[in-house]
Amino acid sequence: MDLEYTEQYQVYREEVRRFLKGWPLTGEEADRPGAAGSFRKRGIEAGFVCRNVPTEYGGAGQEPDALKDAIVRQEFYAARAPGDLTSQGAGLLVPTLLEFGTEAQKKRFIPKALADEERWCQGYSEPGSGSDLASLQCRATLDGDDYVLSGQKIWTSNAREADWMFGLFRTDPSASKHAGISYLLVDMKTPGVEVRPLKEMTGGMEFNEIFFNDARVPAENLVGKPGEGWAVSRATLVHERNLIANPNMMRDTFNDLLDLARRVEINGRPALEDRALRQRLVEIEGYVRTGETSSMLQFTAGVRGEPLKAMRPMMMGKLYSTDTMQRIQKCAYDLLGAEGMLAPASEDVAGWGRKVTATGWVEAYIFSMGPSIAGGASNIQLNIIGERGYGLPRDMRPPSS
Amino acid sequence: MDFGLSEEQELLQETLRGFLSKECPASRSREIFDAGAGHDAALWSGLAEMGFVGLNIPAEYGGAGMEVLDLALVCEILGESGAPVPFFGHVMASLALIQGGSEEQKSLWLPSLAAGEKIASIALCEAEGEWVPEQWQCGVAGDRVSGSKSFVPNADVADLLVVGVAGGGLVLVETGAEGVNVENLDGIDRSRPVFRVEFDEAPSSPLETGGDVARAVSDAGLAMLAADAFGAASHLIDLAVEYAKTREQFGQKIAQFQAVKHQIARLALDIEPSRALYWYGAYAVEHLPEDGPRAAALAKSHITDRALSAARAVVELHGGLGFTWECDVQMGFKRLMFDRGFLGTPAALRDRCAVLAGW
Repeated sequence: MDLEYTEQYQVYREEVRRFLKGWPLTGEEADRPGAAGSFRKRGIEAGFVCRNVPTEYGGAGQEPDALKDAIVRQEFYAARAPGDLTSQGAGLLVPTLLEFGTEAQKKRFIPKALADEERWCQGYSEPGSGSDLASLQCRATLDGDDYVLSGQKIWTSNAREADWMFGLFRTDPSASKHAGISYLLVDMKTPGVEVRPLKEMTGGMEFNEIFFNDARVPAENLVGKPGEGWAVSRATLVHERNLIANPNMMRDTFNDLLDLARRVEINGRPALEDRALRQRLVEIEGYVRTGETSSMLQFTAGVRGEPLKAMRPMMMGKLYSTDTMQRIQKCAYDLLGAEGMLAPASEDVAGWGRKVTATGWVEAYIFSMGPSIAGGASNIQLNIIGERGYGLPRDMRPPSS
Repeated sequence: MDFGLSEEQELLQETLRGFLSKECPASRSREIFDAGAGHDAALWSGLAEMGFVGLNIPAEYGGAGMEVLDLALVCEILGESGAPVPFFGHVMASLALIQGGSEEQKSLWLPSLAAGEKIASIALCEAEGEWVPEQWQCGVAGDRVSGSKSFVPNADVADLLVVGVAGGGLVLVETGAEGVNVENLDGIDRSRPVFRVEFDEAPSSPLETGGDVARAVSDAGLAMLAADAFGAASHLIDLAVEYAKTREQFGQKIAQFQAVKHQIARLALDIEPSRALYWYGAYAVEHLPEDGPRAAALAKSHITDRALSAARAVVELHGGLGFTWECDVQMGFKRLMFDRGFLGTPAALRDRCAVLAGW
């Protein structure tokens, strides 16, 4: 245990900080459209952004070094500078392609996803296949050099803005349910692909449903082999859960809650002076601090190449973060009083942003239920913890599975 | 930057766990527990021989010169097994001696404390919960101390007490001296019995310290109690897992019911990640002075609070059996009741955390 960084890394941190003096951009450069993108590009050239993606795919091609990754993440985050994207494309598709993609797929898709020139959405859930994702029915039938898609996907975030989708399709209905699934990349402009927006309870319209009516996708867009889609998607899912379990987000939102407690009053005094509230805040901070320190523990286990030693906390990360965020949001909502009856305003965009206004907190209060559903519902997370973490028996399943 | 244990630390835990599984199985803990003896002298000698009781004492005095984190790692394992030994009070007292003792005091006491030949304990609390140096009333006149301390762990077997006195200082008192009266308080945790100790002009020897040493020792104690609670709660969860995998109702193992599986998973979720919280607290009290006191208080309040909630659910999961004296769950449960109360309740520590944060 040593929470100091050695000199080599302190020097590296200084290099990152020197680079970040260029952000935020100033003058003419700042006004140009795509300013964030051009700064990110500069970050790649300097070796700080997309560190682990080889240069031939548009990354910085640096030697793997998890400590440097962490330093870059911390410093870019502190400066609120545009670094590695956490989008579906850069955050989920790219690592999946690096692991399973063909050379041609990597060259074709990774650079544009990293540069945010092509946006991606994720086609997993279907109306009849939520937690039991492997029961999915959306068909992909090989016809000549194409797969022909028919069926429906749902709960697809950002599908209207997306240029491409990575998704799971049933290519072999005769195989057992996990074995008959393949992972395909679908151009959203393909004839026969139709996107319809869904409205969420926050009032936002991030979700969509997608219909496939004999849409033809070239067979070269298959990632992995036919029938390997389940294994390929598991890799993506790990990345997705890691994106959701973000200790920085917990700490920031907790700090926002403290600001709220300084602004609102209880019995004519700042709420932060109220003993009951202070007790509750420290109780919540116990969870926030646990999330932070546990992620440090998991990080070190990874750096040492001993991830199995942190297996339990790793499989708990997503649910722990979800629950902690909900505790923060509930506490904030309790501080709102009558303003808690107001509807989120249109500028109170989807819940990840920092909270200032009362209606922003209302939106966050509602939005905080989302992560307990997305990326593997909390009840499924509990199954994983119980079964894989503690050796409890699996749920009863029909004999066919 | 490395947030993990060294190989030596992992070995320390494995060695102790292996030793306790042989020398202090649940049946042995229960014998001591049922007898109300509060102390297993043979087990203590064994721990001393292996070097555990002097772990933090500098090598020049016969100890291993290790850190608060190492003590906490030991506490985790002692908490798991519910070992009836006076370790906690002993190392608290030795921490005080190391930080505040004169050369003469250290030479006189530390070698025999390191070898486990003498047992020490710590007398901080007054009345029903005045743990904080500013609250202490015990008076020192000349080299004599008078007053009353409560919740002194293992005072019946201790040779030496480190006693908090008015003004926040600490003094050494030998329990065999005149004017020292020890009375059993019938504590709930029979693996670490607690005593009231009355001092009536008892001979004492002051440590060279103000309130800061008392504070530092208390902060280390908070981290150790957090670790003990983490260990005890983890053990209780293991018991629940084991029971759910063997107990049958409605023709199947009860672990097969999702209600049971999810209840256990929730308990684990509440406890397992906080291993890192106690590691951090124990590391911070020694290495990060600006954050240490708050980190230790936060860890202790959070873990003991979550652990006791988990323990209640573990009792429920064991059904009628869980509510009996005969079931081992009660021993871990009561271990946690000590961990929760000693050095301040979660509510008191949360007040302190709020103040330390400048809220």
